[in-house]
Amino acid sequence: MAVTVKTFTSASEAAGALSSDRSARYFGGGTLIMRALNEGDVAISTVVRAQDQALTRIEASGPRVTLGAGVTFARVLAERDLGFLHAPARSIGGPAVRNMGTVGGNLFAPNPYGDFTVALLALDATVTVAGGFGARDIPIEEFLQARERQTGTLVLSVSCTRPASTEAFRYRKIARIKPKGGSVITLAAHVPISGGRIAGARIALGSMAPTQIRARAAERALEGRSLDTASIAAAASAATEGTSPADNALGSAWYRREIVGVYLRRLLSGQE
Amino acid sequence: MSKIPLQFRHNGRDVAIFVDGGTNLLVALRELIGDMTPKFGCGQGGCGTCSVLIDGELHLSCLTLAETVAGRSIETLDGMKQGLNLHPLQRAFADHFAAQCGYCTPGMLMAAKSLLDRNPSPSRDEVVEAISGNICRCTGYEPIINAILAAAGGRASA
Repeated sequence: MAVTVKTFTSASEAAGALSSDRSARYFGGGTLIMRALNEGDVAISTVVRAQDQALTRIEASGPRVTLGAGVTFARVLAERDLGFLHAPARSIGGPAVRNMGTVGGNLFAPNPYGDFTVALLALDATVTVAGGFGARDIPIEEFLQARERQTGTLVLSVSCTRPASTEAFRYRKIARIKPKGGSVITLAAHVPISGGRIAGARIALGSMAPTQIRARAAERALEGRSLDTASIAAAASAATEGTSPADNALGSAWYRREIVGVYLRRLLSGQE
Repeated sequence: MSKIPLQFRHNGRDVAIFVDGGTNLLVALRELIGDMTPKFGCGQGGCGTCSVLIDGELHLSCLTLAETVAGRSIETLDGMKQGLNLHPLQRAFADHFAAQCGYCTPGMLMAAKSLLDRNPSPSRDEVVEAISGNICRCTGYEPIINAILAAAGGRASA
């Protein structure tokens, strides 16, 4: 079935077209929408594109980093100032997928994908979407909780604060195929340490629930303590709390629950 | 529904076709231009056999909306041979038994070309990374990696 493709020069026109047509979907890098079209998804009758340079802008010089929704993972990897995001960007697809897939699209990628979003969730990112009157900022956690209802929303950019130090932010994707493969589980942890104590721990998990989630019990186990064997063990044993992983070809729900604490312990203690 | 006119460069030659809305680049290349070198594998971005270069950058043609390549330059395996001679990468693939059933070969060669165009003397790890989006079910990858390293080292034509 032929699909109507509407291309606009500005993001605001594209946002208007999306909000006026419930069946329209936004076309970013194509790795989600074309895949659905190739599978014969008849629910998509209109795709909307925007060739707006604002969507591909990277602001990475200061402490606050902003990535346009249309920035590809290859561009993240080419940006020296975005070193803290290189591990999550590199963990996605092969080179061709990284040349196509975008930061904004990753927010919508279902399991076993969406690894970059796990990193953004641990970094407490803000998602900027086009609203009726200009742009609106939504905390990433709130955005993900309402993701199913966001298909008509145009994401403009994501922004986050650069981690205070290299050690404060850690990321690990567990895949069966190396160096590429869908996620069995994905973990990201932001553990800023101030005066020897962890202040503001955020741990995010991918493939442990229908969307990327925070491991709040594990965060509580770390908060206000020093990052040592005892606090890491407490966080690891609390890692499954609140999770609801599913079975798929890459791993069973049981297996995911078994390994998430093990990998969280390794991630926090700096083991490979 | 009306067809959309589309012009782009295909292996150095200007082409003009009409596509349906939502057509992917792979279908446009195979069915409308007759370039059968990029293959349809999974249609999901998982296998890499439809890989082509768009303005020199490796892309998956099955996940590329055809109308997004208007005015751009597409390179496929069909454009790789040099006159009557094989490209050094093709020669190396033949010499190192890097193709068995051959279905992954077009994508492997484009991924390898994309690597060597940017990095003429890659390490083994860089070769592995460069073809990590391409699945081969026959060779076990070793002959492919060796062929790419040989082509990079200039030993393929020896």
